Amino acid sequence: MAVRLRTPLGGEDVLNLRAGDVVHLSGTVYTARDSAHRKILELAGKGELPLDLGGAVIYHCGPVVRKGCGGYEVVSAGPTTSARMNRYLEGILSLGVRGIIGKGGMNPAPFKGRAVYFAFTGGAGSLAAKSIKKVREVLWLDELGTPEAVWVLEVEDFPLLVAIDANGSSLYGR
Amino acid sequence: MLVDAIVEAIRLAVTRIPDDVVSALRKAYGFEESEIARFNLENILKAVEIGKDGSIPVCQDTGTLTFFVRAGVESPYLRGLEGAIVEAARRATREVPLRPNAVDVLTGKNSGDNTGRFVPVVHWELAEGSEIEMAVLPKGGGSENCSALAMLTPGEGWEGVRRFVLERVRECGGKPCPPVVLGIGVGGGADLSLSLAKRALLRRVGERNPDGRIAEIEAELLEEVNSLGIGPMGMGGRTTALDVKIEVAHRHPASFPVGLIVQCWADRRAFLRIKPDGRVEVWQ
Repeated sequence: MAVRLRTPLGGEDVLNLRAGDVVHLSGTVYTARDSAHRKILELAGKGELPLDLGGAVIYHCGPVVRKGCGGYEVVSAGPTTSARMNRYLEGILSLGVRGIIGKGGMNPAPFKGRAVYFAFTGGAGSLAAKSIKKVREVLWLDELGTPEAVWVLEVEDFPLLVAIDANGSSLYGR
Repeated sequence: MLVDAIVEAIRLAVTRIPDDVVSALRKAYGFEESEIARFNLENILKAVEIGKDGSIPVCQDTGTLTFFVRAGVESPYLRGLEGAIVEAARRATREVPLRPNAVDVLTGKNSGDNTGRFVPVVHWELAEGSEIEMAVLPKGGGSENCSALAMLTPGEGWEGVRRFVLERVRECGGKPCPPVVLGIGVGGGADLSLSLAKRALLRRVGERNPDGRIAEIEAELLEEVNSLGIGPMGMGGRTTALDVKIEVAHRHPASFPVGLIVQCWADRRAFLRIKPDGRVEVWQ
């Protein structure tokens, strides 16, 4: 049975999850890949980050988007390989992030006691887009380009697998 | 008109996963026992259907557009073909749409239209005759990051190939979106082994090398890769690869190059033929 969660996530929301649980996530997720992580950490270091990432969920994703008359629409948006973001993991979690969505797994240790890693199936971008209801905002689009910009997305019942839990238990490499 | 046909081939490649790949994925779904492996394969099969029905890219990484062109030197369409490919990449980016994936290596600036220095990538081959055949292979970054080259010694030989491939696949785990398809080029030089490996991905899943000795090595290696237990998305299971494809070239006596190109489960491709009278066929 799936656990239904809504962002922002609280400590108890994530501490109760176990690797292998299925979560249906609703609320807001922030896409971020390599360049966005560098940008976020740089601005946070200067106290100039225009986002509150307390309880937030970061999505390792560079979507295909289309600009229509009603604004941006996400066409396809599966996860990218999370291991590239291992080098930013400690920094991003220290901003209060409670969940990271990606594929392929990450270092489990930094998650202990505070956050979880959710996996969505890589390559299944057309399916993921079904759970994305709206683009709320996009940050640094001109500077970083479409794949690397931070897309602030509203999701509904996004079906995710807890792949690394807050005890550091992981589904990878078992 | 030629540009239209190339745009259609690109659209077909990114929105419709070839039938041979889909049937291998369905077979894997039936074969997996773990709930987690089935969760991932079920998502994959759903995404494939949504892409096909809605004509939208199945994976958001619509890749680096890579073309293999075999051009008949007497074709009246050879002149201007390179320009048509570049124009088609731009149009497909707007119309399909594709994700812009061409980034300047010095400034980090995305060109925004999937074109740039040497991009789209075009491998040219000249042939006799008046037809042009073209394959489009949109190559994703996550799987390409797992590709590798080994300059083995002749003493290591085919046993070395086996060890190198298994070690690399194990090391990459879930990163390249398994179940993967492995393209392997053996011989030639460093560059040729890698380009043969990429070209090998144009073969259908299940289609063996016509040389029976190489076909046998492909089948053995596939079985060994699947015994690693990495499974769909690296979360364990029986299916780590859908297929292994090997292409060979003669080697220098001192060298035994092995190029490995790792392809994700979305083993995308489409083909196009331009007849001398201007008729165009697009297929998968």
